Amino acid sequence: MSRKRSRYLFYIPLLLMAAFYLIPMYVMLATGFKAFDEVNLKTMWNLPSGIHFDNFIAAYEKLAPHLWNSLNVVIPAAIISSILGSLNGYVLAKWKFRGADTIFPLILFGMFIPYQSILIPLVEFMNRIGLYGSLPGLVLTHVVYGIPITTLTFRNYYASIPKELVEAARIDGAGMMQIYRSILLPISLPSFVVVLIWQFTQAWNDFLFAVVLTGSSNWPITVALNNMAGSQIIAWNVQMAGSLIAALPTLLVYIFLGRYFLRGLMAGSLKG
Amino acid sequence: MMRYRKEKWQSFLLVLPSILAIAVFVYGFIAWTMRVSTSAWKGLLPDYTWVGLKNYIDLFSDQRFMVDIRNTLIFTVVFMVGCLVVGFFNAYLLDQGLRGENFFRSLFLFPMAISYIVTGVVWRWLMNPALGSRLSGLNLLFDKLGLDFLINKWHTTPGWGIAFIAIPAIWQMSGYTMALYLAGLRAIPDELREAARVDGASEIQIYRHIIFPLLRPVTLSAMVILGHMSLKVFDLILAVAGKQLSLDVPAIYMWQTTFDGYFFGRGGAISILLLLSVAVLIIPYLIYTLKSEPEI
Repeated sequence: MSRKRSRYLFYIPLLLMAAFYLIPMYVMLATGFKAFDEVNLKTMWNLPSGIHFDNFIAAYEKLAPHLWNSLNVVIPAAIISSILGSLNGYVLAKWKFRGADTIFPLILFGMFIPYQSILIPLVEFMNRIGLYGSLPGLVLTHVVYGIPITTLTFRNYYASIPKELVEAARIDGAGMMQIYRSILLPISLPSFVVVLIWQFTQAWNDFLFAVVLTGSSNWPITVALNNMAGSQIIAWNVQMAGSLIAALPTLLVYIFLGRYFLRGLMAGSLKG
Repeated sequence: MMRYRKEKWQSFLLVLPSILAIAVFVYGFIAWTMRVSTSAWKGLLPDYTWVGLKNYIDLFSDQRFMVDIRNTLIFTVVFMVGCLVVGFFNAYLLDQGLRGENFFRSLFLFPMAISYIVTGVVWRWLMNPALGSRLSGLNLLFDKLGLDFLINKWHTTPGWGIAFIAIPAIWQMSGYTMALYLAGLRAIPDELREAARVDGASEIQIYRHIIFPLLRPVTLSAMVILGHMSLKVFDLILAVAGKQLSLDVPAIYMWQTTFDGYFFGRGGAISILLLLSVAVLIIPYLIYTLKSEPEI
């Protein structure tokens, strides 16, 4: 009996921790849904008097073009780097060439470097190939620096597929690409989901590449939001609504596909 | 055999574009940055005049860089300890097999899906340092709850402001350590605890002598990953406080001196030092992790 009751005591710290994680969400939502005339820093903890969309409309008007910029970067970047990762993972797991075991860690190191250390050449390079300041340049950047994690995830997945399966297909006369297309690709869907949502989240949340490689007209959402927060003109309540708008796409992905998100997270520390 | 050779060659061609991309964008660019860091380049036009290690040596007599090192150390300690403690505590609570476990786990993890910029913008208002009649944010909440002793100046606290920046960082990343610890706890067989209980060990003793030692590898990898994150901290600080000397870190200094000040030589040197500090953590970790993985 006492053991059972003491188990319920665990809910006290659990709820306290839950409050810690929810406070920023509460402020974002409570402020976002207030009407303009009830917004006041003194009453920021009060619930809104009703559901008002003033703040969201004001924020959306400012942020809408940047939301589109982000989508235009993030979707192609996630798709292309996932496809590359799948091909690389296949070869590195099932067609190991000489030196493959040396090249793999060298590729992986690329996902841990502080990107500051490649930033100056990156800008120079983009300038020379005429992509500086453009969204395709940002896509290219996300694709290339996404290769390590996508390759890692697919390689680990394909490595778990029995060798015998590939060998049997070879004896039946299937070629290298045929084995990929007809055996491995059809069972790769879960890994594609993991990698796609991971890359989507990473690229959507990126700030450093975006702020260095784009100009104000094609800023992605993170740069636009940070700029909004730094300006004295835009009220804090609109900033709160803007933050929620900026967070919504990745939050929705998390809410609906959280399981896959967690797997990407573990892969990122080589624990997948 | 002929066919095998040919296919092996084809498979290599398949990964070649990626290998080349990494070779150029990672290793080529790092070499290029090293070259910039040993140049006199200061201004809009590239200037590759060789100056040796001058940019590096200058940094170590540069006050701002000394502030950066101190800030990075403080941030790293608070962030790492905070994530490990909060993460373990949450994992411990979730490991009790209570109803609602999935809900709480999702809740503890959701900040990881959000960008540092969003986190920073919201916490900027939560950590509003205004005192007196202009009290707002968490200070106002503390005031209302009668927790006045908690009211503080957050990231504007003289000398220690950077420690408070670690709070939103912990909010964001502690779910990650929680996930690592929870996986670690779940991997410990129940029989082990049962056997210890039968031998008369108390719960505290079980944790001290059995669980914690078994979780040491988890703690170590969490420390490596968190440590390399804290060395790279950048956007969170900008979103909370903008560019402020008191909250400066190498990543911000590099960005500002390079792209606002056009001092590319110095920016290059800072970024190479940043890279070296990350490499010291990550390279042994990579070697160790890949060695211990089963042969494929």
